[in-house]
Amino acid sequence: MTRRTDTLSLKIKQDHARFKAIVRGKIKQNLRKFIQKGEMLGKQGKDLITIPLPTINIPHFRYGAKQQGGVGQGEGEIGQSLGPGEEQPGDGDGKAGQGEGQHIMEVDVSLDELAEILGEELHLPKIEPKGTDRIITEKTRYTGINTIGPESLRHFKRTYKQALRRQIASGTYDPVRPVIVPFREDRRYRSWKVTPLPEAAALIIYIMDVSGSMGDEQKEIVRVESFWIDTWLRHHYKGLKARYIIHDAVAHEVDRETFFHTRESGGTMISSAYKLAAEMIEKDHPSSSWNTYVFHFSDGDNWSADDTRLCIDIVKEKILPNVNLFAYGQVESPYGSGQFIRDLREHCEGDDRVALSEIADKEAIYGSIRDFLGKGR
Amino acid sequence: MTAFRNRGLPPRLADLEEEIKGYAKGYGLDFYEVIFEMLTYDEVNMVAAYGGYPNRYPHWRFGMDYEQLSKGYEYGLSKIYEMVINNDPTYAYLLESNPEVDQKLVMAHVYGHGDFFKNNFAFQHTNRKMMDEMANHATRVRRLIDRHGVEKIEDFIDRCLSLENLIDYHAPYIKRAPAASTEPATDQQVQGLHNEREYMGGFINPPEYLDELQRKAIEEQERTRRFPERPQRDVLLFLLDHAPLEPWEQDILSIIREEAYYFAPQGMTKIMNEGWASYWHSTIMTNKALRDSEIIDYADHHAGTMSMRPGSLNPYKIGIELFRDIEERWNMGRFGKEWENVDSLAERQSWDKQLGLGREKIFEVRKHYNDVTFIDEFLTPEFCIQQKLFVYDYNDKRQTWEIATRQFEAVKEKLLHQLTNFGQPIIEVMDANFENRSELLLVHKHDGIDLKIDDAKHSLYCLQTLWRRPVNLYTRVEGKSLILRFDGQEHSEHKAEL
Repeated sequence: MTRRTDTLSLKIKQDHARFKAIVRGKIKQNLRKFIQKGEMLGKQGKDLITIPLPTINIPHFRYGAKQQGGVGQGEGEIGQSLGPGEEQPGDGDGKAGQGEGQHIMEVDVSLDELAEILGEELHLPKIEPKGTDRIITEKTRYTGINTIGPESLRHFKRTYKQALRRQIASGTYDPVRPVIVPFREDRRYRSWKVTPLPEAAALIIYIMDVSGSMGDEQKEIVRVESFWIDTWLRHHYKGLKARYIIHDAVAHEVDRETFFHTRESGGTMISSAYKLAAEMIEKDHPSSSWNTYVFHFSDGDNWSADDTRLCIDIVKEKILPNVNLFAYGQVESPYGSGQFIRDLREHCEGDDRVALSEIADKEAIYGSIRDFLGKGR
Repeated sequence: MTAFRNRGLPPRLADLEEEIKGYAKGYGLDFYEVIFEMLTYDEVNMVAAYGGYPNRYPHWRFGMDYEQLSKGYEYGLSKIYEMVINNDPTYAYLLESNPEVDQKLVMAHVYGHGDFFKNNFAFQHTNRKMMDEMANHATRVRRLIDRHGVEKIEDFIDRCLSLENLIDYHAPYIKRAPAASTEPATDQQVQGLHNEREYMGGFINPPEYLDELQRKAIEEQERTRRFPERPQRDVLLFLLDHAPLEPWEQDILSIIREEAYYFAPQGMTKIMNEGWASYWHSTIMTNKALRDSEIIDYADHHAGTMSMRPGSLNPYKIGIELFRDIEERWNMGRFGKEWENVDSLAERQSWDKQLGLGREKIFEVRKHYNDVTFIDEFLTPEFCIQQKLFVYDYNDKRQTWEIATRQFEAVKEKLLHQLTNFGQPIIEVMDANFENRSELLLVHKHDGIDLKIDDAKHSLYCLQTLWRRPVNLYTRVEGKSLILRFDGQEHSEHKAEL
């Protein structure tokens, strides 16, 4: 390191510390509203995604995106979609000529790496699966050499070596004519060992309120959040199973596609969904062998106090004893935030298996993920 | 001043540098002395965060860039493999951990940029000692921070940065009429009272009376005269000249403005500059510098640079292909009136007059064009089809971006629009005494695309803190003309016609 590098790194550290302080809200509150968390959910197909990093863009006089459009390059029919959302594909405005001739190569990340990054960013504790010793799969590995075995597993090299060693020892080896003939006793075979491999089976039950008050934005929040939860849990459990329940006044089990795209209307009876979830757990996923997670998203406007009481009973008696985590996320809808989270808090306060979180808007997803997964369960 | 003076390249790379430089010169590239510095990845990230200048004024946004770059690198998302500074001598940075073939490619690429910086007309006015100038700016800002405190200075910088695009991108290349004319307000003689008898003149219109009239006329004209007389596109300059700024504020604003002008040509020639550098790294590498064992790595790297994500436009790719296309067309004589009059497809496809003018032509193009004129003149329908260009639009109903058309005219128009005025809305100072209340009036020349209103409001707020009096922006939103106003307390908007 030269002296110049030292001063350079000192300078950048100061600027960096200043930026961090702004992001954490310690200084310059006036800039906080320009902090962007970045679109957390990138491309989901083929396991590729981009990374969330907080940035602050100082606003300029600039064009709004929608009327602008742009020019792109590539295959595709006219009318073909380039991807949803408000964001312009490609670089819409392009940062003003800063950083001339500075070239950045994009590299892709796998979901697994992504989960690690997520864990690091949010300081998430590693999950300790319960019931590790309950389901056992057997795994066979070739670990050693044996003197007996099937011919198909004969270890040619070791057999040859053995024969060579015997011939030299017994003086029958002729360096001029090095013919090695293995006897039956020389033969060596690969041997294997069976190791019991405990595997934890995991299930996520996603429940979403699709009553009239849940709009597209609320669903987008649920979608982004459950993507990250999914990523994190999949990182810890192989073969994670997910089941989806939607409910308004009645609950149905649906597939993933429907889960994120249905829009129904009608009242809200949360107990219907909890009943279905409890039934699911009881019938198909006994807690003795499953690590079960229940995530419920709603705007918290339940039909009646009676129903809420019923919900709490179901949660306490049927769900909580059988799950690792029961998480309830209350998404703020245009009609405000409901009462349900308060009722849950009142009755389940202090229970380690319950995680509650209020998600005001997209920005709050970050913190909410930490609420849910920060318990390491 | 060098960034890292006592760090020469290791002997092996120094040899390579000589080799590549030889090839570049052999092809006729013309550049200032290029000084390569070898940096570790962390140093590269630091320097890159400062836009390539190791000595910049302190500001949090450099820290933000640093965080993005270093996180991107640590997580294996991205890495910078090349950086080059428009300066004499030209500085370029090599990443220590790059394999040899990449270093060669980067060197060749850098000589391409170096040639472009030195020769393209857009860069002719730029300060070639910017490395030093940036360091001076840094010293000035640091001194101000010592005197006034970091909060105050940084806040002001933030506000200036919100206005930094309000410069006249074309000012360095043309002469605009001055904002305020120095001529007397009127040279018209006042007539005085009607007088049929000449001999009575001295009595009906005595000289004192005429002088009085003249003075009043001038006063009247002065009063109604707009200031500035002509709309001013260099808003920052106008503020420097006429806003009631403290000396330290002036100092900072002039620094921001100077740096904005320095960086502007790079935005105006992005496609050409990258295309030119890529053209030369590929030419030098494939014809001269590449060893057999390096082909795969080179191809991989080159393909990575040229790759396009669906829906976005890679300036490297468009640039290099357009240069190649021009070269081919001028080699085969596919230009001029004769060529344009050929209608038959078969004839067009087999047209080759073997002129061999391609190389000469692209050197000429790199000197006299910027992105707008480059696209305007050399984008052909054939090229559009070959490169699969399309226009995309936002579909409100389906809430997605969609491919709208592949028609040549539409693609060209959209592309040109994106590039014109640097892709920035055109905003001018119209009146500094709006409604006779010394309010500032800016006018957005609406060209079919609305401004992003929330951002515009913030910029208006910033502008007001500089101008001190209320500020107004005349624009159009969804087809309706209106004035956005910020009076120092709150934002308002009302319908208005100018």
